[in-house]
Amino acid sequence: MKLSIGWILAASVAVLTLAACGTQSSEGSKTEQSSLSGTIRIDGSSTVLPISEAVAEEFAKNHPNVQPTVGKSGTGGGFKKFANGEIDITGASRPIREDEDALCKKNGIEYIEIPIAYDAMAVVVNPENTWCDSLTVAELKKIWEPAAQGKITNWSQVRPGFPNERLVLFGAGTDSGTFDYFTAAIVGEEKASRGDYTGSEDDDILVQGVSRTRGALGYFGLAYYENNQDKLKLVSIDNGNGPVKPSRETVLDGTYQPLARPLFLYVNVKSLERPEVAAFVQFCLENAGKLADEVGYIGLPEQIYELIRQRVEKRITGSAFGAHGSQVGVKLEDLYKIEEGSN
Amino acid sequence: MIQVASTPQWRARERRREQLFQLLGALIVLFALTTLVVLLAKILLDGFARLNPEFFTSFPSRRAANAGILPALVGSAYLLLLTAAIAIPIGVGAAVYLEEFARRNWFTRLIEINITNLAGVPSIIYGLLGLQVFVRTLMMDRSLIAGACTMALLALPVIITAAREGLRTVPKSLRDGSLALGATQWQTVRYTVLPVAIPSILTGVILSLSRVVGETAPLLVIGAVVYISRLPDGLTSPFTVLPVQIYNWTTRPQHAFHENAAAGIIVLLALLLTMNAVAIYLRNRYQKRLPI
Repeated sequence: MKLSIGWILAASVAVLTLAACGTQSSEGSKTEQSSLSGTIRIDGSSTVLPISEAVAEEFAKNHPNVQPTVGKSGTGGGFKKFANGEIDITGASRPIREDEDALCKKNGIEYIEIPIAYDAMAVVVNPENTWCDSLTVAELKKIWEPAAQGKITNWSQVRPGFPNERLVLFGAGTDSGTFDYFTAAIVGEEKASRGDYTGSEDDDILVQGVSRTRGALGYFGLAYYENNQDKLKLVSIDNGNGPVKPSRETVLDGTYQPLARPLFLYVNVKSLERPEVAAFVQFCLENAGKLADEVGYIGLPEQIYELIRQRVEKRITGSAFGAHGSQVGVKLEDLYKIEEGSN
Repeated sequence: MIQVASTPQWRARERRREQLFQLLGALIVLFALTTLVVLLAKILLDGFARLNPEFFTSFPSRRAANAGILPALVGSAYLLLLTAAIAIPIGVGAAVYLEEFARRNWFTRLIEINITNLAGVPSIIYGLLGLQVFVRTLMMDRSLIAGACTMALLALPVIITAAREGLRTVPKSLRDGSLALGATQWQTVRYTVLPVAIPSILTGVILSLSRVVGETAPLLVIGAVVYISRLPDGLTSPFTVLPVQIYNWTTRPQHAFHENAAAGIIVLLALLLTMNAVAIYLRNRYQKRLPI
């Protein structure tokens, strides 16, 4: 029985030795081709995560001594850590908001805003739904605005001619950037939504819900529709110029509006002075488009990445969106060009 | 009633009722087991094909087929060992103090009530506490050691409670015998009480550590990352663990990632079952050697 206490002590010592050895061995192996080293801390939106993860994966292959880590705190949670100076880069599925910008200023944190890809939101219904092929923005607003709560509960109320079928709604959870953007784009005010729908941060739950309910209507990222096409039916969106289905083409030419949004990385300017972070941002601007396409998003046109490269070089800080949160129907080319001219 | 109870009709009726109850009980067990079997079968079917050697030796990747659990597995193992190294000495020490040395007064009662309450606190609260105390105030950053400290806090109440239960099962006669032979309080605890109590203490410790292995929420809060390109190489390294990796994969749109998640779940289940099996084995083995 004497064993047990000694055993526990031995285990503790072993762990600590193991840890110490590990540190040494990593210091000994710094003789590889890339001279860069250090840790790059990335966090933020779960929507942006697949892109940051892909960029980090490729970057780490080229620079084996740099350790990029990617966390998943959500857009809001990421900005909180970013404003505290705890991370170098945060991903966001909407532009920074005034309160978050103020917190950064208060803590002396300057940032550069980098759009890295487009995400389109898909509005979907059950495959058995034969009546609804497209919806206008006004109809979507009628369904989702706060005043609809408890009142708009049947498809026949949405458009004359729709059948008498119960309307069951599925949408993003209230903490997500997707929710912020959808409410801003459809209802006209960020976070204004009816509350009597099934909301989840887990899009798979929404996919399951819509695929099992005949009268269901839901919204989430286009990638989720593309991976579940057999269970869902895509609805075209009519923004006054006829119904448009979301696709790479309609997002890039600006006709799929208002439900296409840019995704961002925000980089701490102080972190950018570290060569490994600068190299990471550079690498990101060169490869984000291709990698975004690969993980289910839509890469930006090359000229935008070029514009952003110039902004990074000149250290143009602040948000081109004026730190007002989600904005709808903005063309990135115009936004970053005007900004650059005025600086 | 007593007269009625002895009639044959009454006995027949009671026998039918008993049979009915047995049937109901069997149905409930069957239902619970079927649910479990269906869940396990689904996970096994989804994930079994992904369980090749590369899955254990690869880093996460945007390509589901190349992605593996190496950093998550190593992170979980480090976290487990570190948590054990912190929580076991403190937990068992606290239990020995409370059971063997402390006087019964309002202060020890207060401590006891607090420990019992802490055992029921949701794990996310420990995560928030860890974030503020270890990550921010003590500047440990989002590191392995901050994670281990937080998980140690989570495990402590259960370890202390289990260890105290274990110490209480040691008969008073053993302590009296040791003290009567001139042993000090410490010698009695060290050579008589602890060896007898060790099996049940170990069981409690292992069960609470297997809870640590399965936790996700507090680690997400204190900042376990979901993508990492290197293995943790020190106490201050960033890290990820199996449940966080599984959670990350389940929220991806591509089905291939869901298969990875299922395979990860199989590994986690195997790990937990192994730990529980070790707990049972240790308990049985040491119990047979007891001097009483």
